[in-house]
Amino acid sequence: MEFLASLLPASLVTHAPAIIVVTPLMMAAVAAIMPNGRLGWAVTLISTIVSALLALAIIVDVQTGGVVSYAMGGWAPPAGIEFRIDGLNAVLLMVIGALGLLSVIYALPSVADEIEEKKQSLFYSAFLVCFAGLIGVAITGDAFNMFVFLEISSISTYVLVGMGASSDRRALTAAYNYLVLGTIGATFFVIGVGFLYMATGTLNMADMATRLPDLSDSRVVQAAFAFIIVGLGLKAAMFPLHLWLPNAYAYAPNFVTSFLASTATKVAFYTLVRFLFDVFWPEAPFVEVSFLWVFAILGIIGMIVASVQAVFQDDARRLLAFSSVGQVGYMMLGLGMGTAAGLSAGMLHLINHSMMKGALFMALGAFAIRFGIRRISDLNGFARSMPFTSVAFTIGGLSLVGVPMTVGFWSKWYLGVAALENGWWWAVAALILSSLIALAYVARMLAAIWVAEPHHDKAGAIAHARAPWLMLGPLWVLAIANVWFFFQPDFLISMANAAAEAAFSGGAR
Amino acid sequence: MTPHLVLRIVAKLLIPLIVIFGLYVHFHGDYSPGGGFQAGVIIAAAVILYALIFGVENAKRAVPTWFVKFLAAFGVLLYGGTGVATLVLGANFLDYDVLHPDLAHHSGQHIGIILVELGVLSTVFSVMMAIFYAFAGRAPDIPEGEW
Amino acid sequence: MIEIIAERFNFVIVIILMMTGLYAVVATGNLVKRLVGLSLFQTSVFLLYITMGKVFGGQPPILPEYSEGHGENDAYAGEAAAAVTDHAAEAADIAESAASHGETVHHAAEAIYSNPLPHVLILTAIVVGVATLSVGLALVVRIRESYGTIEDEAINHADYAVDSARRNT
Repeated sequence: MEFLASLLPASLVTHAPAIIVVTPLMMAAVAAIMPNGRLGWAVTLISTIVSALLALAIIVDVQTGGVVSYAMGGWAPPAGIEFRIDGLNAVLLMVIGALGLLSVIYALPSVADEIEEKKQSLFYSAFLVCFAGLIGVAITGDAFNMFVFLEISSISTYVLVGMGASSDRRALTAAYNYLVLGTIGATFFVIGVGFLYMATGTLNMADMATRLPDLSDSRVVQAAFAFIIVGLGLKAAMFPLHLWLPNAYAYAPNFVTSFLASTATKVAFYTLVRFLFDVFWPEAPFVEVSFLWVFAILGIIGMIVASVQAVFQDDARRLLAFSSVGQVGYMMLGLGMGTAAGLSAGMLHLINHSMMKGALFMALGAFAIRFGIRRISDLNGFARSMPFTSVAFTIGGLSLVGVPMTVGFWSKWYLGVAALENGWWWAVAALILSSLIALAYVARMLAAIWVAEPHHDKAGAIAHARAPWLMLGPLWVLAIANVWFFFQPDFLISMANAAAEAAFSGGAR
Repeated sequence: MTPHLVLRIVAKLLIPLIVIFGLYVHFHGDYSPGGGFQAGVIIAAAVILYALIFGVENAKRAVPTWFVKFLAAFGVLLYGGTGVATLVLGANFLDYDVLHPDLAHHSGQHIGIILVELGVLSTVFSVMMAIFYAFAGRAPDIPEGEW
Repeated sequence: MIEIIAERFNFVIVIILMMTGLYAVVATGNLVKRLVGLSLFQTSVFLLYITMGKVFGGQPPILPEYSEGHGENDAYAGEAAAAVTDHAAEAADIAESAASHGETVHHAAEAIYSNPLPHVLILTAIVVGVATLSVGLALVVRIRESYGTIEDEAINHADYAVDSARRNT
């Protein structure tokens, strides 16, 4: 990995934090004026490759050199805006860069199938804006800048979800509800940032971290904390605030769902971790109370309730969307333990879940090409004609349950170990229970694919279904990653541990 | 006698003044409230006023859709291009000081700010026009006699 | 009680607007009215920032000696913000922090400058609000064209009818 990173010239690497955000933004403008979809896709692919390589370079830089700090416009922080990457963001950069690249490779046949020809280049332009926004949230070190990038990514997400209207008009209402709820969440976040600015006089997160401990009795700071966790919890689909997610994932285009399911909620979860552990400090009384009573409890309720709701779904993608809400519950449980081991397990689950869900949604998209998949029974009998895709889907599903031999096992294992270290036997019981429920809904889908007979009217078409190579490639990369990282988990575990360490050592310079 | 004579004449008098005011707000963004976004919205308001009085078709002949699309992309690229230019000249992204060697009078800052604000003006103006065209172009224009 | 409301008048207005906006979002069934409520809610946040950043007796943050561009202003913004909120940081309550912003402004330099940072933040937030509103309205236009209505209940009814019809086939 260091070899790949050393191929880039050193001057590019020093300015990598700026270039990694600016390239997708400027290429979005270029993609918007491209005359057809293929050129738009080419622009998107080039820009995503550049961003992925730069992300790699930054991650290597962080691992060898410690915190990477980049002052925008030459204005030194805390007066200026800085981009700050430490062990915690490096994980996010890796996830967004890798999954962005794989999703874009996957995109060409999928988008050509689902979006009208004359809107494809605009669609790619919106995707690039979303990609730039997500990377921006991950690397910025300024609280208000985080709000701006969060809204940039969210507004383009509403547009991307709404583009699914050409196959199902419910995408429009899903996008609208997502817009209303997402804007309320972001506005709560900015109210919280305003209160923090009132109390500390600075917007730089590292600077706030040094000033806040003296203000722990201030009601302004406590109110800011409340607003921030509600706002970011809504974006991260924490249990009672998750209502936008099932419809948005179910009716969006397949490419959009596979990209969002692996990146969008993860980025919001990262911002929660950053604020809880870096800006506010975990020993503050009001923060410590929230760990158990807000995050752990809501995480467990989310795990169980959302998984139960997933079992009863008819629509295949809606089932996986509810499963995503449950998996966010696992991450919240890891966060709620308040210890480095718990946070590390939560971050490990973040990485693993993005691989699992990315693979699952990509596989569904591969089944759906030329057909459209609505209900689970639409998946009947695909195993005969598309064995590769079905095996990849099966690997993703087993990883979701946490079967040994797949990477999902490790994150559940580490979550359980961290919970036992904390003395939370009830959390371990909830983990086992929700894994059993996950087995129920995964088994439903696997049975439809492998065992059931296809419907008569579709049998002929299904027998001739093939997925294009551009879709199978990224899908199989993710499926193999799911298995390979079971046998070689050290890289992922070391990144998760580094992330937890960076969070706990605080944002002080 | 054409209907709405008063509206048409007053609009013809006011629209150039609105555009001039928009440019004033833009160039005085350094010293008073103003800047690219406000100016873009004001100039877009002038064109929208024209479209309201004289019809969307006439407005589309004055500011065509392909121009609006091009201007939006151009504005973003101008802003980003200024940043890339500062990168190429060796400083951090958007560090305007390197754009001009005269540091005592901060000429680099002036040049940098004017360029990025021009980019913001173009993008905001064209996006406002694009939104207006997208919404207004969907319903049929009410014919003159029906007002 | 009256003194509290009179002193913290701006916060009272902010809270009233915020709750009105949120109530409109929750209680209405009409999609456009919901967006109006959202806009109202965002406007209250702008008021919060701007009134919070008010410096009584402040001048535009431009150096008086030689009329420079705003190369200095960013540094001054930082200093002004730090000086003004040094006093705020001692406070333990919203009330005291609001009061100290208004009254006890000490500044190391000769003049008292108003703080440009909240205004810049609000400009950005206004742009974000405009973008959100236009995407929302575009979605409402498409919903109207597709469903024929912009009432929430009618849309849910139409979706449910399609869903149950599909379920029964």
